[in-house]
Order: sequence, then structure tokens, then C-alpha cells
Amino acid sequence: MFDFLQGYDLLGAFWVTVQLTVYSAVGSLVWGTLLAAMRVSPVPLMRGFGSVYVNVVRNIPLTVIIVFTSLGLFQTLGVDMGADRFTTINFRLAVLGLTAYTSAFVCEALRSGINTVPLGQVEAARAIGLNFPQVLRLIVLPQAFRSVVGPLANVLIALTKNTTVAAAIGVAEAALLMREMIENEAQLILISTIFAFGFICLTLPTGLFLGWVAKKVAVKR
Amino acid sequence: MKTKPTVLYDVPGPRARRRNLLWTLLFLVAIAAVVWWVVVSLADKNQLEWTKWEPFFTDGRVWDTYILPALKNTVIAAGLAMVIALPLGALLGVSRLSDHRSVRVVAGTVVEFFRAIPVLILMLFANAAYSEFTDISPETRPLYAVVTGLVLYNASVLAEVVRAGILALPTGQTDAAKAIGMRKGQTMTYVLLPQSVTAMLPALVSQLVVIVKDTALGGALLGFSELLASVRPMSANYGANTIACFTVVAVLFVLLNFALTTFAAWLEGRLRRGKRSTGAVVGADAVDDLARPGEHLGPTDGTK
Repeated sequence: MFDFLQGYDLLGAFWVTVQLTVYSAVGSLVWGTLLAAMRVSPVPLMRGFGSVYVNVVRNIPLTVIIVFTSLGLFQTLGVDMGADRFTTINFRLAVLGLTAYTSAFVCEALRSGINTVPLGQVEAARAIGLNFPQVLRLIVLPQAFRSVVGPLANVLIALTKNTTVAAAIGVAEAALLMREMIENEAQLILISTIFAFGFICLTLPTGLFLGWVAKKVAVKR
Repeated sequence: MKTKPTVLYDVPGPRARRRNLLWTLLFLVAIAAVVWWVVVSLADKNQLEWTKWEPFFTDGRVWDTYILPALKNTVIAAGLAMVIALPLGALLGVSRLSDHRSVRVVAGTVVEFFRAIPVLILMLFANAAYSEFTDISPETRPLYAVVTGLVLYNASVLAEVVRAGILALPTGQTDAAKAIGMRKGQTMTYVLLPQSVTAMLPALVSQLVVIVKDTALGGALLGFSELLASVRPMSANYGANTIACFTVVAVLFVLLNFALTTFAAWLEGRLRRGKRSTGAVVGADAVDDLARPGEHLGPTDGTK
């Protein structure tokens, strides 16, 4: 029944999916945190940039962003992300697109977390003479991160599912392999079940585990 | 929300004002450097020539032939998906609240299954299934596949929204319905559902943004002729103006979705202020909060 699987690198494809997820998750956590810091900073220009970025990027389909990285950035402008092999370029472009898109959602999640920190704490921090970067770094962000583990888990799961969009620029991840297998094999239901199962294996444990972590680390108020 | 972030810093005094000015200048330099790099590389590849942008402003044909039909397809697919997914989602959501364990478990499994799977996988499956098991013509098949994928995924998300909406209603509603002798079905159809639909409207509108964005998947991978798919023929016919085409398409998506987001926020504010509502509102941000597979909403979570 599973004979047709030979000749297809199923685990390899899901491994690419996982890699896309991990790299983009790290990238968007960093860039998203910076964006969130900008959005609450005292400098109006940074606040403006942050909110324009978030509102524009959130409303563009991820597919448009990913296809643009390939057709626009690479083929038109020659941005090759420092790679020379075609597959590496596409992989890095996909990570770039996923990061640019996901960080907008990370930023929004963090900002809602910042709002959960009680005013009194910030006032106390300022009263002992901490300045804005210190308040943010020492008092607000640590608590904000703990309270947004749940929402960030949602973002991570959405990101895992969104990595399939990289198939649009030919990154050899799960969705692309699924399309190839559907074209070549007459086992539609079986193939679909395998891929559905693969994604459930990726997203369901992540959701349950991070849900548990969220409860564990949440600041009790 | 608007006043809260300002508590992070004082009203700037003279030193803080100077420091902020310095930061503004540094940030401006950084932005200018990026913009400069973009402009130089665009000019390098001749993407800034007026002839490449001109068609969108002076030539009506590019709109009539490519953009407007594509925009229409995007809207049709999103609208169809929403209209079909809504009753399906309501059914699933209500089933998850059923008194019968078997119904609850089945509906729960369906919802969790389709929420955990990427929309693209569902679309690819639907596309292949339609070509194998039905005789839908290849021209219309992408639309069917896109709508099916969107319906399967969004019905399960909407099911959670509906459930949250019903759970968010004050319990007095059910008590009152019981007191005047309504049966379970009557309570649901005459009392709870109509009110929860109003409460959910903001969440529904903001889910529409997700649906609009996901139609682009069909353009990139299934040959559905929506907005994103119009980039290739446009830039082929108007002199390799890839950047210009992408800009126009992205701006259209942003405008469309921004209008929906603003409308959802306005609706939410209006419902929250409304005197005649029960006070239960499932806000626009509820959909994000519901996106985690495997996590189950308790009655208290729905009152956001």
C-alpha cells in the first residue's frame, strides 16, 4: 500500500518545512520585538514607521510577499541573499518573506502583552530613575513575553502552516512534494492523509505544549 | 489602549527632547539609506522608468483586461467561501456545544482536524479530488478548489468563533428561554444564535480579511486567475514592469483589507456601545486567539 512512497523524500520535505519554520520564527521574533519596541517608543517617527509597517504588511497576502521575493527581489533586482545555488536562494528568500510577514503579527501580540503590565509598575520603575530603554528591557518586556506565550504560540502555529506558501517559489517543502506526488501517483486520498497527518504532528503537539508553557509562566495577577 | 503606552515615558523635557531628536535623525538616516538602496537598485534595473508605471495611470485597458476581472475573481472566491463557511461553521460550532457526547466529539474532531492543516494542502487536495472524481471543467476547477479549501478551513475557525459567541452571551438568556418553556432547539435557534451572530460580526468581518488573503494561494499554485495571478500576464504585456505590477496588486490588497479591518473595528465599537445588545461582543482579535489547534475554549475565554 505504501510502495509508492519509495522514490519520494517525505521526511526530507517535512524537514525543510521545519527548517523554514524555525529560521522564520527566530527572525520574526527578533524583528517583531524591535517593531514592538518602536511602536511604544517616545520617538514619533519610529512609532509611525512601526504602525505603518504592521498595518501594511498584515493586509498583504503572504503569497504576494513570497512570490514578490522571487519575481521582484531576485529575478528583477538580483537580490540573491548571498547564495549561489538556486535552491538555497529560494529557501532564504522564503525565510525573508515569512519573517517580514510574521513579525507584524509577533509585534501585535507583544504590544498587547505590553498593555497587560500594570501602570503602577511602570510608574514605580520610572520613579526609581530608570529611563525608557531600561523600563522596557527590565520591567515591561520580560512580563510581556510571559503573558503572550499563548498568542505567540498561535503565531508560531500559523507560521508552520504558512511555510507551505513557500511552495509557490519552488522551495522543496511538504506542500510542493504533495503536489508532485498527486500528479504522479493515483493515490489521492492516501497521499493527502499522509500530509494532513504530518502537519497535525507538527502543529498539535506545539499547540498543546506551548499552551501548557503559557499557563506555567503566566504572571499571576 | 491608546493612552497606555504613553505611561512608559514622561512628557519629554529639554534633554529628552534633544535625545528624541537625535533618535529621529538616526532613524531617518537609516530609512533614507534603505530607500536610497531601493531606488538605486530599481533604477539600475530600469524599473523606475515612467513607461513601466504609465499604463496603470493612463491606459484603461490594463485595468479592464487584467486587474478588474482578477479583482472580481478574488472577491467572488472570498465571498463564496464566506457565505458557504458561515452556516457550516455555525452548525459545527453549535454541534460542539451539544448535550450529546457523540455529536460533540465528532464536531470537535472535524474542527480540530481542519484547523491544524494548512489551507494550501486542503486546496491541493480539493483540486485533485475534483479532477479525479467529478467532471467539473478544468477552467472552473481552480475556483471550486480554492473555495473548497477556504470553506473547509474557515468553517472550522468560524465554528470556534460561533462557539465563543454563544458562550459569551449572559447565562440569563438561556435561563429565561427555559423559564418560558422553550426546548433546547428553540433556545438555540430563537434566542442564542441570532444574538451571537450580532456579537460575532466584528470577528466575522476580520476573518474575511484572512479569506481574501488566502485566495492568492489559488493564484500562485492552482492557476486561479485572481489578483496575484494577473501580475505575470501584465508584466509580460507591458514591458517587464514586475515591480510596478506587484506594487499595484499589493496596494489593491491593502486597500481592500484595510477597509475590512477598519469596518470590523468600527462595528465592534458600535456594538460595544450599543444599548440594545446583551453586551457580548466577540472582537476582531478573537480569531487570532482561536487559532491554536488542540486548545479548548472554556466558557470564561469567550468573553473577551
